[in-house]
Amino acid sequence: MMRKAAILAAMLVTALAVPALAGEIAPQDRKSGYTGMSAENRAMQDDDTINPATLWVLDGEALWSAKAGAANQSCAGCHGDAAVSMKGVSARYPAFDDASRAPVDIEQRINLCRTRHQNATPLPPESRDLVALSAFIGRQSRGLPIATPDDPRLKPFLARGKALYTQRQGQINLSCAQCHDDNWGRNLAGNIVPQGHPNGYPLYRLEWQSVGTLQRRLRNCLTGIRAEPYAYNAPDYVALELYLRQRAAGMLVETPAVRP
Amino acid sequence: MTETAQTPARVLVNAPKTAKRGDVIEIKTLVSHIMETGFRHDTSGNLVPRNIITRFECRYDGAVIFAADFSPAIAANPFLTFFTVATVSGPLEFSWTGDNGFATTHQAMLTVA
Ligand code: HEC
Ligand code: HEC
Repeated sequence: MMRKAAILAAMLVTALAVPALAGEIAPQDRKSGYTGMSAENRAMQDDDTINPATLWVLDGEALWSAKAGAANQSCAGCHGDAAVSMKGVSARYPAFDDASRAPVDIEQRINLCRTRHQNATPLPPESRDLVALSAFIGRQSRGLPIATPDDPRLKPFLARGKALYTQRQGQINLSCAQCHDDNWGRNLAGNIVPQGHPNGYPLYRLEWQSVGTLQRRLRNCLTGIRAEPYAYNAPDYVALELYLRQRAAGMLVETPAVRP
Repeated sequence: MTETAQTPARVLVNAPKTAKRGDVIEIKTLVSHIMETGFRHDTSGNLVPRNIITRFECRYDGAVIFAADFSPAIAANPFLTFFTVATVSGPLEFSWTGDNGFATTHQAMLTVA
């Protein structure tokens, strides 16, 4: 942790020393985090039978058909075959939810069905069941392009996400953009700084030894710059997720991916 | 697949269903397990008790062809890959056992032509 912080601080100095900033990444230069991984990690993602995230997908599949809540209803009871009904759904989240008057990410959407339609309690953030359902639903979009909805109601939230993305934060005083737009491809504490795309989530991170959501990843980056991570489900996460999605529009969904 | 109250373990086995006699076949196994080392402390400073898989065995037509003793240094969701020579048609039986009565099995059939 200390060493990482020191290297981050060194990186800050380097970042400041770079006079011209690269700015937003042109669509043709966008690269999935997959491309910067070792051959071994890519092989793990490529083969479902050795990708540990498959264990979560199978759990999610079982939960999809399990009755839950006071309504004693399963997801499948209303939505039928996920291969049909959930195809492409994750690829267009976060999406605007009328009742909340705000965008919700896919995990929040799952919990809305738990509370609104199953009369069940929401699943805790990052709980195995929520992550498993999200990985299973996300799997139905694999290979499809990310397509954030062209919904005018999302505009202020997108603007908020972009502002957060470009704002310096934390004791190390770096913005997301300084790493992911200006310094991608360079080394940081033994890692290659990726462009920071959300196309693989939820994914199996070897460091976590588990599958985690995009919010968990964002928490890691926030603590990396020694900023206080927002509470799970804070609107600012959803705004950031929305901006990251729009920034990655057209890139193919890899869920559930593998990352170091 | 058996499940224990402690750890409902999901298993993923990738082995060929058919092979020619004399073929070298690759078998890959993945099992869901937290592999808690027993060396970590929780946020209150208490030692988190060890909870790991301690042994894996693969039997082919009744005979053990591959076995492994696991240590706390093995990562969560252990993945193993190993090879054997296809000799006769028979069951491939996999078993994982560990702390807190953890026990999971899986079976696959191999047909040798
Ligand atoms: C100091 C540089 C740095 C800053 C600042 C930073 N990140 Fe990251 N980010 C990384 C690194 C390095 C990784 C790769 C993960 C690793 O190996 O630790 C990463 C990974 C990611 C990923 C996952 C990419 C993938 O392929 O899975 C996303 C998304 C992301 N960051 C978003 C953000 C956002 C949003 C912010 C601002 C809140 C941010 N990052 C701030 C360095 C940074
Ligand atoms: C009683 C019926 C019912 C049950 C049970 C139910 N849903 Fe839904 N779900 C809906 C309806 C209706 C919508 C449309 C939005 C709304 O009205 O809330 C929806 C929307 C969704 C969406 C967004 C689809 C889109 O195209 O944007 C997802 C994802 C989803 N549900 C997942 C689940 C999951 C996962 C479960 C089980 C944990 C579940 N649902 C259980 C009725 C249900």
